[in-house]
Amino acid sequence: MIWGLEDVRVTFGRRTALESVTVPVEPSGITVVVGGDGAGKSTCLRALVGLLEPRAGTVRRPAKDRTGYVPATAGLYADLTAAENLGFRARAYRLPAAERGPREAEILGRTGLAGARDRLGGQLSGGMQRKLAVGLALLHSPQLLVLDEPTTGVDPVSRAELWRLISGAAAGGTAVAVATTYVNEAARASWVVLLEAGRVLAAGSPDAILRAVPGAVGSARASARPAPRSWRRGADWRVWAPGGQLPDGVTRTEPDFEDAVVVAALAGEER
Amino acid sequence: MWAMVAKEFRQLRRDRRTVAMMIVLPVVLLVVFGYAANFSVSSIPTVVVGPGAAQAAAELRAPFRVTEVDAGAGPATARARLRDGRAIAAVVTGGSQTQVLLDGSQLFPVLTAEGALAKLPAARGTAAPRVRILYNPKLTTSWVMVPGLAGLILVFIGTLITSLGVVRERQTGTLEQLAVMPLRARDVIAGKIAPYLMVAAVDLVLIVAIGMGVFHVPFAGNVGTFALGAALFLLVTLGMGVLISTLSQNQGQAIQLAFMIMLPQVLLSGLIFPVASMAAGVRWISYILPLTYFIEISRGVMLKATPISALWQPIGLLAVLAVVVLGLAIVRFRRDLAPSARGVRSEAPAGAGVAGSRA
Repeated sequence: MIWGLEDVRVTFGRRTALESVTVPVEPSGITVVVGGDGAGKSTCLRALVGLLEPRAGTVRRPAKDRTGYVPATAGLYADLTAAENLGFRARAYRLPAAERGPREAEILGRTGLAGARDRLGGQLSGGMQRKLAVGLALLHSPQLLVLDEPTTGVDPVSRAELWRLISGAAAGGTAVAVATTYVNEAARASWVVLLEAGRVLAAGSPDAILRAVPGAVGSARASARPAPRSWRRGADWRVWAPGGQLPDGVTRTEPDFEDAVVVAALAGEER
Repeated sequence: MWAMVAKEFRQLRRDRRTVAMMIVLPVVLLVVFGYAANFSVSSIPTVVVGPGAAQAAAELRAPFRVTEVDAGAGPATARARLRDGRAIAAVVTGGSQTQVLLDGSQLFPVLTAEGALAKLPAARGTAAPRVRILYNPKLTTSWVMVPGLAGLILVFIGTLITSLGVVRERQTGTLEQLAVMPLRARDVIAGKIAPYLMVAAVDLVLIVAIGMGVFHVPFAGNVGTFALGAALFLLVTLGMGVLISTLSQNQGQAIQLAFMIMLPQVLLSGLIFPVASMAAGVRWISYILPLTYFIEISRGVMLKATPISALWQPIGLLAVLAVVVLGLAIVRFRRDLAPSARGVRSEAPAGAGVAGSRA
């Protein structure tokens, strides 16, 4: 592991927020931490960038000037323009004066915000704010990029653009950690950590998580819930049978990644 | 309607600060200010000089409190004592008529003294002393108020605006962003305070200029002394702003706290009521308020040309307050900014590093 958390425990008072959580983040890789609200995703990322101190375990991260972080709130100055936000960041990270102009223009180009450079941060749409926030975090070419739910509440087109930005950063050698509530986004990752109530339910590459689905998964077209371990996928129901014995009327299907995540969650509940 | 009432009380119970403000504060304010709000002066520090000093001193009754008797000294010493704030009244004996000098920057004590002096001849049947009011001969209220108001306005700007500025960063999440940036806590604080310091300094110049231009308040003393006092005072108020911000999660809380700090300064700093008239139980509060010392400096310098040598006490105390308040603010702000700085557990594989290798 180059960067990341190893066996980390975080507590808030008496409450344990993370328990022996390991999140590896490798250069050129995208680690996606996926989980529901309150699962501990933000806590993971905050521990990773040093905003909170774990009670136990090891945190590996580059120096502050080699780390980029986008909090869930985006962390922009609403009363500064896009260009001014970039300018402040560039000076805070001590970018050489000669590099600043070209670098800022490059980021505005990559984020598709060249036309919005003189608009106030607060006047940008939600999607544009997130893109600018990711652009700001990339400005100083970090070794580690940490993004807390960058796509939550963003329209599908902007989401695709954001992921293009994120993939581009990884392709350039940056180690990326992303928290998300969207299971389908985890399929883009090179490593997935499935988090529930501060514990890791499953971790590995999307393929490995898919291969590790225990038992059998089937699908049924029914108006009522066909079995206890079942969930909606579009118009159909999916059913998981830990023992491999699917109920009658349920046809066996090949689970996709989303199914694999749900199964992992169900298996975690039953453990 | 009852659903609304129950909900409101439930919310109120969670917001302890507001409850404290609504119940505890009025009680505290009433008690404190009841003892502090006192215009009448029972004790006026008085210096008696000249050949007949001993006899005059023996004849002086309350409210005059003789602090110094010097038969060998003359009018110059008497004036110096008033200028330096060591006495409010000075009795100069010798010559054709006994003279009483009063410090016009001390409105209420002087009014009390005048009243007491007016009764003297009737009681004793001797010639009335000649009364001269120095520094503010017409006892113009605005002359006394403007130097104090300048300080009060700076308290508002310094404390409130600074705290709001910092809390806004917390609320919008940019404080967290600052925390992960390669900035030192003291750079963030200094960078945050400096603009407000400059604006407040411009404000101060403006207030003093308006006071002089519109209200004809004199500026008799040394600008450097005034500037030193003002700079220290501003550092204390801005530090309080940062301190408030570290204790507040949102702008509403910051405003509440700022008002809790500003209100006592309005009433207990000597701006309106003389500090000396306050009951001993509340007077100590005055002595921990920065405005008390700033008013002493600004009135002294502007009206009486008090030299820096006589103001070392308020200036020194402001400096102490500045160190304490700013120090606390920095400690608390740093805790907000860099939790991982305490006993860092982060480490990096050999070659790449937390120590900061640049690829």
